[in-house]
Amino acid sequence: MEFFHEPKIDWMGIKWYFISLSLALALTGIVSMVVHRGLVYGIDFRGGTVVNVKFAQSPNVDSIRQELDRAGLRNATIQGYGQASDHAVIIGLDLQTTTSSNVLDTGKQAVITGLSNLYGKGPKGKADFNNASPQTVADHLTADDPLGAGVKGLDAATKTYRDLAEAIVSYRNAPPRSGLLADFSDLRNVPGVTPAVSSALAKDFYLSSYAITNTKIVGPKVGSDLRRQALYVTLAGLGAMLIYIWFRFELIYGVAAVVATFHDVIITLGFFSLLNKEITLTVIAALLTLVGYSMNDTIVVFDRIRENVHASKRQEFSKLVDHSINQTLSRTILTSGLTFLAVLSLFLFGGEVIHGFAFCLVVGVIIGTYSSIFIASPIVVYFYQRLTQGRMSPRVKVA
Amino acid sequence: METKIRSRAIFILIVVVACILGIVAFPKNVQELKDNVHNRIHMGLDLKGGTNLVLQVQVEDAVNITSGETLERLKDELKAKNLPYADIQPDDDKTQNPPIHRILIKGIPQERSADLQALASNQFSDWDLVRVPGDDTARLLVLKASSAATIRNQALMQAMDTIRRRVDALGVVEPTIAEYGQGDFELVVQLPGVDDPSRVKDIMQSTALLELKLVQDGPYSSREAALAAHGGVLPPDTELVPGTESGNEAWYVLNRIAAVTGRDLTGAEPSHDSAGRPNVAFHLNREGAERFGRVTGANIGKLLAVVLDNRIFTAPVIHGQITDSGVIEGGNFTPQSANDLALVLRSGALPASIKYLSEETVGPSLGADSIRHGVIASIVGLLAVMGFMLVYYRGSGVNANVALALNLLILIAALVDLKLFAILALGVLAAWVFSPLVGGIIAAVGLLVTFAVGAPSPGTFTLPGIAGVILTVGMGVDSNVLIFERIREELRLGKAVGAAVAAGFEQAFRTIIDTHVTTVVSAAILFAFGTGPIRGFAVTLTIGLIANLFTSVFASRVIFDYILSRREKGAALSI
Repeated sequence: MEFFHEPKIDWMGIKWYFISLSLALALTGIVSMVVHRGLVYGIDFRGGTVVNVKFAQSPNVDSIRQELDRAGLRNATIQGYGQASDHAVIIGLDLQTTTSSNVLDTGKQAVITGLSNLYGKGPKGKADFNNASPQTVADHLTADDPLGAGVKGLDAATKTYRDLAEAIVSYRNAPPRSGLLADFSDLRNVPGVTPAVSSALAKDFYLSSYAITNTKIVGPKVGSDLRRQALYVTLAGLGAMLIYIWFRFELIYGVAAVVATFHDVIITLGFFSLLNKEITLTVIAALLTLVGYSMNDTIVVFDRIRENVHASKRQEFSKLVDHSINQTLSRTILTSGLTFLAVLSLFLFGGEVIHGFAFCLVVGVIIGTYSSIFIASPIVVYFYQRLTQGRMSPRVKVA
Repeated sequence: METKIRSRAIFILIVVVACILGIVAFPKNVQELKDNVHNRIHMGLDLKGGTNLVLQVQVEDAVNITSGETLERLKDELKAKNLPYADIQPDDDKTQNPPIHRILIKGIPQERSADLQALASNQFSDWDLVRVPGDDTARLLVLKASSAATIRNQALMQAMDTIRRRVDALGVVEPTIAEYGQGDFELVVQLPGVDDPSRVKDIMQSTALLELKLVQDGPYSSREAALAAHGGVLPPDTELVPGTESGNEAWYVLNRIAAVTGRDLTGAEPSHDSAGRPNVAFHLNREGAERFGRVTGANIGKLLAVVLDNRIFTAPVIHGQITDSGVIEGGNFTPQSANDLALVLRSGALPASIKYLSEETVGPSLGADSIRHGVIASIVGLLAVMGFMLVYYRGSGVNANVALALNLLILIAALVDLKLFAILALGVLAAWVFSPLVGGIIAAVGLLVTFAVGAPSPGTFTLPGIAGVILTVGMGVDSNVLIFERIREELRLGKAVGAAVAAGFEQAFRTIIDTHVTTVVSAAILFAFGTGPIRGFAVTLTIGLIANLFTSVFASRVIFDYILSRREKGAALSI
């Protein structure tokens, strides 16, 4: 099978259409950033509190808001996320309402109190099973010893109940329950759970109608440190690429590759701004990976340009670049396509936590491939045409 | 030619076996196999659930204590040497970062300044004595930057040890406590399985500075009342310390010097009195017991204040001489709070207070959710990529898929045991630079040692790490594409199959190295920048791409050579 059989496309002839497209995309992104007053930063960068909650029934957002208002958390944002059937809500507090001067978790505790006011605290002395870790469950089981495993010695009993607790908790966490068990008797489906185990659990625990799946609090210091670091690290990535390509090819190739990659980063960030997606720590990781990956296609093309320059010195340089792009077109498209397949599956199936990361790579892989042909190559051509007025190909050192 | 292929194939086989053993060890039955895999795969907090805390040790506290002690010592020394002075006071320069600790000495007579200089250089070697511009009779004692740095670092290390002891005592399984960030004296504490961190946080944060001090008089209802009772000036060598008595503020005037401190403790445990009320029993070392015996023996009937973190916890009457052990009671102990106080006293005082900077708790159901999503996305991605390679390259697609599977096997084995990966990488490098024999010997000896010694040094699986695995799948197969496309090109130019394969590998190799280096460089920068999950991603991607060099260039080539050696003359290559 073969997608491209010796294509003869005049890439440098059509470059202006695509450069205009790039400029339009970049400009749209920048305008969007200006209109939105900067990017939407995730909690890692701006500080504050987020609490992810999953409910058994569709939650009443208005009553949650009223409850939080009553607790003095006036600027709270409450948003549903994931699929509607997940009944999942994310509660966000800004830095001002999140922390008092010395205590970091004032806001978090207020949210937890508010939720238990709304949805019931459960009987006194009982722990919430739907918010319990395997360790907590194991501790209770070991203390109650419903299987009589204590006779085998403490270590054996501890291991028995630790394994059992893990099985029970992973049953609770698996869909369709996804973290919310409705009735202790359902646990009979778990191998090793006897009625004695179920009733021991029912004695120690109650079942709440919501589970707090994730909480995160970021103080002001961490947030501002990270914003600065994220900027430095992206610039460091670009700088390292420039030096490497300079070392392997020539300075102008490095400059062209870095301009193309910078273009990729700006346009990807533009998409984040247009779609109002948050820049989180993992998005920065994806962005830096993109900086490295975007180089790949550029290098494949540059490598071939270098090879052709070495082989035929008489050809006009822009034709030589066209020829090189055509020769490498199928592998450029294939390698990007395969990486795209992998990140697309991450985007579609990877879940909420990794969503921004995957989105960044999905956009980035496409833009990165496009920019190797339409941004990086024309810059090199422009430079050598200015240098030699297009009479002959430049000399390139062969690595 | 045949033997070359065979010896290379054996090398690959050794790698495969080593990786499989690295993941499953030596199980005797299926259950053990499952257990081994389960125990050997270390998951990050984002997958197994737990709490991640970032905290800052306020190391300036420790320097302040030292400079306070120095000030007192300096007064004593000046008195002992009969050196007159007008005034001594702390004069720290807080505009600098880090602050510069200074003590200002005023009114030293001209003729005695040499004596002061001698005293400073003999007795205060951590400090520099400098002149004050414009005042010939004043001197500044300035803490050397290197000494201050030592104190700060010691405080950080000591805080780390203390926190580790406390977390261990709480029974948290496999906690991580490590330095964090860029030299701002921050620590990251990871507590797997802890889904309500409030109690752990309180215990970690408690300074647990215990002092037993003799009460001069009190209680007073307020600071002002206490001062008024002494005509506005406290008696020498005493201090005012607040506490709570039946719900009200209670101030006592205490001796400044403690009878015993937490440093004199050899142990503390929760206990209870005859009525069953919880309390905390403590034991003193020999010096502490002697001093305590002297003080209590001489002051029977007086009050003794138990001061915890500069607040009076309780102030009971001394009924008799106490020497090597005693009991802290009262203060509304619950069994839990008695237990927690004993724990923090046992683990020693924090040298400086700590401040929490960030806190994240991943519930167990979210972790399970992430694992499920990660696994599904990996499988779908892998199948899509493998399916495409089969359709597009047919026979050679099988080759690429075998190489990809090997790539993933090595990656997972490396994440289970980084040491194993390092040894294999060393073996491959030696095989390349010297000869396959040397490489084989290095790898074999290394592996024997690894398996004999046992304990793996695990990498960690995180959700971004799983993303790194998926990305490795997508980017790893790119190497095969570069090689195969080049082979096709060489075939189109009319080269013979064998020559085309050789040229394809040779020509594509340089490009593959370039593309891998750029990605690994960005992963390395990411590693330096990130923490926890992000580092997991950087490590996974780097290992995956390094392993990819071995699988897509070396292993894939061996498979090609094997196929070519068995091929009938003139038959086409399925590519």
